[in-house]
Formats: sequence, C-alpha cells, structure tokens
Amino acid sequence: MVAMLERETVDHVARLARLALSDAETDVMAVELSKILDHIEAIRTLDLDGVEPTSHVIDVVNALRADVPHHSLPRELALASAPDPVDGGFGVPSPGASAQ
Amino acid sequence: MSGAAVEYEPVIGLEIHVQLRTRTKMFCGCELSFGDEPNVHTCPRCLGLPGTLPVVNAQAVHYGIMIGLALGCEIAPRSQFHRKNYFYPDLPKGYQISQYDVPICGPGKLGEVRIHRVHLEEDAAKLVHVGESGRIHGADRSVVDFNRGGTPLAEIVTEPDLHSADEAREWLNLLRTTLRAIGVSDVNMEEGSLRCDANVSVRPLGSDQLGTKTELKNMNSFRFLAQGVKAEIERQTALLRAGEQVQQETLHFDPASGRLTPLRSKEQAHDYRYFPEPDLVPLVVTEAMLERARAELPELPADRAARLERDLGLSGERARELAFRPELGDFYEAALAAGGPQLDAVALANWIPPLVERIGSDADPAGSRVSPSALAALVALVSSRAVSQTAARDVLTLMVQSGDQPATIVEREGLGAIGGDDSGLAQVVAAAIAADPDAAEKVRDGNMKAVGPLVGYVMRETKGRADGGEITRLIREQLGL
Amino acid sequence: MSDALLNLTAAAAAAAIRAGELDPAELFELYRERAAADSLNAFSWLCDGAPDAGFDRSTPLAGVPLGVKDLFCTAGIPTQSGSRILEGYRPPYTATVVERLYAAGATLLGKTHQDEFAMGSSNENCAFGPVLNPWDRTRVPGGSSGGSAAAVAAGLVPWALGTDTGGSIRQPASFCGIVGLKPTYGSCSRYGMIAFASSLDQAGPLTRDVSDSALLFSHMVGQDANDSTSLAFPEPVRMPARRELSGVRLGVPEELLSADSGIDQGVRESFEQTLSLARGLGAVVSPCRLPHAPHALSAYYIVAPAEASANLARFDGVRYGLRVPGNGDLESMYSATRAAGFGPEVKRRIMLGTYALSSGYYDAYYGTALRVRTRIAQDFQRAFEQFDFIVTPTAPGTAFELGAKSSDPLAMYLNDFCTVPMSLAGIPAISIPAGLSEGLPVGFQLAGPAFSENRLLDAAFALEQAIGFDGSPARAGGRA
Ligand SMILES: [Mg+2]
Ligand SMILES: [Zn+2]
Repeated sequence: MVAMLERETVDHVARLARLALSDAETDVMAVELSKILDHIEAIRTLDLDGVEPTSHVIDVVNALRADVPHHSLPRELALASAPDPVDGGFGVPSPGASAQ
Repeated sequence: MSGAAVEYEPVIGLEIHVQLRTRTKMFCGCELSFGDEPNVHTCPRCLGLPGTLPVVNAQAVHYGIMIGLALGCEIAPRSQFHRKNYFYPDLPKGYQISQYDVPICGPGKLGEVRIHRVHLEEDAAKLVHVGESGRIHGADRSVVDFNRGGTPLAEIVTEPDLHSADEAREWLNLLRTTLRAIGVSDVNMEEGSLRCDANVSVRPLGSDQLGTKTELKNMNSFRFLAQGVKAEIERQTALLRAGEQVQQETLHFDPASGRLTPLRSKEQAHDYRYFPEPDLVPLVVTEAMLERARAELPELPADRAARLERDLGLSGERARELAFRPELGDFYEAALAAGGPQLDAVALANWIPPLVERIGSDADPAGSRVSPSALAALVALVSSRAVSQTAARDVLTLMVQSGDQPATIVEREGLGAIGGDDSGLAQVVAAAIAADPDAAEKVRDGNMKAVGPLVGYVMRETKGRADGGEITRLIREQLGL
Repeated sequence: MSDALLNLTAAAAAAAIRAGELDPAELFELYRERAAADSLNAFSWLCDGAPDAGFDRSTPLAGVPLGVKDLFCTAGIPTQSGSRILEGYRPPYTATVVERLYAAGATLLGKTHQDEFAMGSSNENCAFGPVLNPWDRTRVPGGSSGGSAAAVAAGLVPWALGTDTGGSIRQPASFCGIVGLKPTYGSCSRYGMIAFASSLDQAGPLTRDVSDSALLFSHMVGQDANDSTSLAFPEPVRMPARRELSGVRLGVPEELLSADSGIDQGVRESFEQTLSLARGLGAVVSPCRLPHAPHALSAYYIVAPAEASANLARFDGVRYGLRVPGNGDLESMYSATRAAGFGPEVKRRIMLGTYALSSGYYDAYYGTALRVRTRIAQDFQRAFEQFDFIVTPTAPGTAFELGAKSSDPLAMYLNDFCTVPMSLAGIPAISIPAGLSEGLPVGFQLAGPAFSENRLLDAAFALEQAIGFDGSPARAGGRA
C-alpha cells in the first residue's frame, strides 16, 4: 500500500496543473489518487531491466513537411472564440501582475 | 597562504536561441513575419486549437543539421521531440515542443569554445504589455500576438569555456558570423532572431570546480551582453571577496538601466514534466540528408581565417577581420584575384581597413565606388613605389569619392612618387639636415629615433609624395652612415 | 414503409440510393425526425434540415446520414467534447476523418454526446447530462462514445463515428448491442480529434453490423499529411464475406479470464457460447498467454492521464472556451477557469497524469508504464505467432445502472480490463454483439495483429452470421 498522498503534494500538483481545488476537493483528491496509485503500484514490482520504453507503437520516422506556406486564418476567425479580444490580439491578465 | 587577495576567474557559458530563416513555422505552414499586424499569421495549429497536430518543417531540420556541421557537432542518428510543460499566455498549447534527452546535434566546437548541444524547438508568441508603465511589472493586461509563435528555433548551448565578458562577446560574434555565412538565420539581435542567455559563475583562479552560477536573460545586443556579463562578474566577485555566497538565480537584464534584477523565485519553481511528444515520430538523419547539408555549407569563417593566415601569410587578427565579415573577405579575395600573382597579399589586406574607414564601418565595399581591381591597382602602384604610402591614402579617398582609377587620380593630382633618382628629393633631404642640425647630429650618433623630424620635414615639403623608406635611405647616405 | 427503411443497414441504404430505389432525402428525414425526438440525450447537436448542397447519389456513401462523436472538430458546428470548458465552441476547421467521410458522400446528421474529453466508461462524465442506454433507460450506454453507440442502437442514426483510447468504442458497442471497431493505431488520421491520449486515440466506426463497419472504415483510413503518426493502410479495405472459420486459430488469454478478472457469470456464459459457435464454424480455440496483460490497466492509467495532462493544458481561457477571471490575475484566471470548466473525472486524470510526470516520479510511473507497454506489445507479437486472433469478452459485465460506479473511479476503470491491452499495443480489435444476458447485450472482442482489419472483419462477419443477434428491441426502445 502506497502511503496516503500528502495534502502538500496534492496542492503542489494542483498548482502545476493550474487547477483551483477547494479544501474539501483536495481531501477527496488525496484519497482517490492514493487508491489509484495503490492499484498501479503493482507494475513497479515487475522485472523490466533492459526493456526499452515504448512511446510510439508505430514504426514511422521522419514525417516531415515541405517548407511551403499555406493560407493563414483571417484574423477575425482566429479571434472568433477569444474570451477577451483586444486590439487584434488575445487579452490576458498580465503575467507580471500576479503578485497577490 | 598569505593574506594576499585571491584572484577570481569568471566562468561563462552561453545559451543562444537562433530563429531559423525558413519560409514557414516549425510545425505549421504559416509564413514567418516580422513587424506585421498582430495575429495575421496564425492557423489552428499555431493557435493550439483543440484537435490540431504538429508536423515538422523539413527545412528547419535541414538548417539544424547545417548548424551542427558548422559547429563540428556529432549529428544524432535518431532524435526525438519532447513536450516541455508550463503555462504562459505566449505558449498556446501549454507546452513547448522541444528536444530534450536526445537533441539533433551533440558535442562540437567553434573556435576555442566547446558546444554542448544544439536542439530544435518552437518559439513562443509575443506578449505586448499594456498598462500604465508599459513594462511587465505593474502592467495589468497583456495582449498576445501569435505571429511569432511557432517560429523554428535552434538552441545552441555551449560548455562553460569563456572567461571574460569580452571573450563572450567576441565568441558570440564568431558564432553569429558563422550562422550568417551558412545562411540559416538573419542573426539579428535587435530583431530577436538571435537571443543570448549567459550562465555566469566565478571561482578562485586555478580552481577546477565551478562556482554557483546565475542565469542572465534577455541581453538583446552585443553591447548589453558584454555589459550584463561584466556587471554580473563584478557583483559575484564582490560577494565572494566579502565572504558571502552567490545565490543560484535567474537575473533579468534591463537594457534601459543596464541593471540585473532577479526574477521572483515563484516564477522559477519550474517542473517541466518533459515527456516524449506522442504527436511526432522520431527524427532519423539519413546519409542523404547529411550529404545535402554538407553540400550547402560554404567555407566557414573560422576556416577562411585559418586559410588566409596559412596560405597568404596574413596576421591572425587581419585574417579574422576579413573572414568574420564575409563581405570584406569576399572583396579582398576578388581584389587579390584581379591583381594577379604579383600582388602582395599582405599589403592588399592592409588596405582593407583604410577602405572600410572611408566607406563607413558597416558598409559593404562591394557597394562602394571602388572596384576590387581598382584597389588592387592602387596596391600595385604602392608596391612599385610609383606612389608613396602617404599619397596612396589620399588617392584612396579620391577613389571612394569619384570611383576613378588610381592611375588617373595620381596623374591628375600630381601625386606620383618622388624617387631617389629624382634630384629634387636629395635636395629636400639636404635642406632637412640643414634645417635641424641637432636631429642630424643625434642620428649620426646612432639614435635612429631622431630621424623622425627629418623625415617629417621631407614629407611636408614633398606633400607626402616621397616614400618614407627612400627618405630614410637618403638621410643615412647624406650623413655618411 | 419507415420500419422497412429503418431496418436497412447503412450499406444497404447506400446501395439502394445508388440504384435509384431510395430517395436519400427521405432516408435523411426519417433519421432526422427520430434524432430530433431523441430522449436518450444521445445528440449534442442536430442539423436542422437536409444539407443545402443536397445529396450526391453517385458517391459511395450516397448521402446516408452520419452521427459524429462530439470531439471531432466540425467547422462552424459546435464541438464541445462533452466539456463545459468548450461550451458553444465552434472550430474553424473539420477533422480529416470527417472530411473524408463527407467526400465519400456521408451527410452529417448530428454530433453525439460523450464522456468529457473521452474520459469515462459510462457517459456519466458528460457535462451535458448522461446518455441513456436504449435497451434499458435506467442504465448507462457505456463510454466514452456512448452517444454514438446509443444513437446507432436506437436507430436515431444509421451509423456513427466514435473514438477509442482504452475501449471507448468497443465497450459502448458491447453495452448497446452494436458493432464497434477500434482500428490499428495510425490507420485513421487523428487530425481534428480533440486529443485525450495521443499515443492511444483512434477513430473508428460504431455500426449496426460488421459490413457497415467495414464500409465506414474503408472511407476513413489512409495516411494524412496533417498527422505525423498516421500510416498508409497497406491494402484496400474489403467488404467481409467469409461464412466459416475453418482453420482459424483463436487464442483465449488465460490472464484476462482468470477468476479475479471480475468477469460476470452471464458474460462468461455468452463468451463460451460464442466460442462453441466459432468451433462449429471450424475455428481452433485454445488458451494462450498474455503474461503482462493484467498490468495493462495500470500502465494505461499512467500513460493516458500523463498525455492527457499535457493535451488539456491548452484549455487555459486565453484563445477560446470558458474564462473565469478568478481574482483577476493570470494565475488565478488559469486555475479558476480550469476548475470551473473541467468535471471531476477530468480533474482526477489531470492530477494523476501531472503527478506521474512530475519531477521525482517520472521513472517510477511514466517510465515504468512505457516499459510495461513494450512487454504487452511483445506478448501480443508472440501470441500472434501461434494464433490468428485473440478473443475475450469486450467488457467484464453488461450495461450497469446509472450511478452504480460513479462514486468509485477504480471500479469504473476496471471496465477497460479487456480492451486496454490492445490499445497499448496499437492493434485492431472489434466488438460484436454475442447475445443477451438478462436482457442486456454482451460483447465479444476479437483482436488481430496491426493492419489485420480485413481478416478481422472477415472473422467477425462469419461469427456475426452464426450468432444472428437481433438488435431491433433497442431501436424500438430508442423511440421517444
Ligand atoms: Mg529553449
Ligand atoms: Zn500556423
């Protein structure tokens, strides 16, 4: 049995993932993730020495594209779904202003 | 050990991001642009719209291989792209596609600096800060422009082989020259197509251990790079002298104030969670791809400098001056060819700086009114003593102004040399000795430094048309030496 | 008349239209009316009439209506992937597979509901309400392609597109009594499919029978310059015709059928009956070994969430979709937007994947899972030296009651026990209805080596003929 995930670990992961979790959600998440990790734990006991990792199941290399321009989107279409279109761009809260 | 002050040695490594001069972006067909209206070069892919997938630009790979070859790198037979995960508004997918554990180019060397690796990746978009101050800090809203987002980048990482700000600057110039010569990038620091970060640490001279390093970001010109690195070396040295520790941190260079300010530690708390990019397949550099890249490589600046030094006898410094500015090297070699085998290659090389001085230090001589053959002709006139060194400088000035041939100018302006067989010169020399007996006496006593005023007299009298060597010979002759 | 029309498979309808015996507009209207009366919550969007461009009778698919899982991007048409974070989103482009089907003459009838970002096995993780199973409306249709499966089973659309990452086509096909094919990884383009787990996601058909599956698949396959992981299918996709299985070697993996695999008694009985039918058709059935298959689920629940955690990072409130300001600063805008936009299961998997990739855990989890994946693929390779196909029940049970497993994520994950190994190995697998257990459909899964779809469809077809499954009760139940 893997030890219960610490609250701090869950908070840290939630911050990496940019997910705001309430205290209650954090508690539930700690329990559920621990249960899942506990189940998964079994594979860590397998003898996998010398086994290459498989990140692609297909045997393809060099899928390359010729350096030929295509038509870009009209700007109105690019911005059509933007929550905060400003001056032909995508408005966001400024990264530097996140001090609070 | 005595109480004498410890000497400190700076250790500097560079990380350079180079925008590649492809027509389209790294993973989509949007055209590269600079200075266009925001967000007119975007598509579902480079906006990171749901469901889109990257496809690697073959030309970017080709340029990556060329860079590797130019920097003497091992080219990886098989490399892979990874995802580098972090959130930032200029990063549309929430990850940057970059190369991680197996980059396209492994260890290499340029000049005296070892290259650690070169890898391919995509550039971030541009964030324009709108707010009261217009700077990151204090701005309340920013606007993202994805025109630049996805531009192909080669990231070049050096080993920590540099030991002063000037060395760093000089080496970066060699790198820039090399990249420009092979045509893979515009390498313009002001426009951001060449961007340099520096890792700086300081250690006691003679130590083989590395001190704690800081990372300097955003030095967007050669001057700022030298300034920033110098300031950081001084700061770290002062800290160590005072018995304090250097903190490992990232510093942001502010070109306006020339100051380095630490980025807040929260922003540094990165955990990029790299993993192999499942949307892309491995990159396998084939022999054919290598052949094509080799075939397109011109002579590299460092190789050209070595050749000019070795084959033509130029000084190392002169050879680098010509080779690192290919337009100068090209003009020089064209003049050399025009002048034929008799032409003195070293003498010709010495005429390039005066030419540059007269046409403007950044100008390409090929665009001036002086042709390579005209310069060669001028050097030939000097070598045959038909024109003195001093007069030749005036001739060159007139060549730059008029575009006329040197012989024509010499004739028109009466600038031909007054030689030893010309009775006039011997008389002027005699007059010089008569006018300054003290100097003549000193020369006679073996103090050859005293010959200066005598030569100066003759030069003035002949308006520079006499040859310095010939004047000295005549002075010695008339003084019975 | 409409019942006769409704009983036509898509392939039969297309043939009738091309022969001039059937008006495509009439067929389209029949299905449009049925879909408009959908009370299963199968559709997320429905077209409001026949297409302006009309129907091209000369095309292979002759205008036959198509349902498309919501995660396929369709230009100008809502594409929400079952998520609040994409509510109302209309992409500016269309997925390659959908484009190909349009080009072959398919007509989009509607988009179908799914588990949010394809994460789920019951369709209860859909932000827009659960889809109901037409065989029993108190039960789930399976997931994540539950809307497509329910709509096809209920006769709201002749056929539909789904996607399968760990079983998301096969398990709902099994629960709804229809045919679901997960093709070889790379055989259909992923361009325009909103990604869940990039190295596993595959598009595939959900159809009433095996012939329809082959027909739809034949117009989906092919390499796509927009998807670097797509491959040219090595041969033309044929319509299945085989009526016997003489000499076909079927391997039954002991590890997936062991006592602790959680397989229901009813499912086991149905499975045994199908094996007997196969023997009757000439197949040789024997046990086989897939030693690492029991670990597939664990590897899958590392690899898929890890990839998903990155794939879903683009939903950040900047360029499209939901934005919640939070405290007004960037950090809190991100975190508040994602907290409000994602449902609990998606959050769970993002957390799991982020954790598995985070510094200090990569080797223990992600690295290990990729090595287990290698072992699983090797197990299959070895098995296919001795067997033509591996066969298993598709899911351990039949359609369960709504809410029965929603409080226990792990119990839900166990639904994928028999489907996930093939996903990790990238090999094709098909689920066909094998019969009923207590009035609910049971699926039978056949898996073959990469690119063996023609043989796989042939074998499935032969079995299908022998089984003679009747899906019409669902079509009756699907009516409003
Ligand atoms: Mg980089
Ligand atoms: Zn683009």
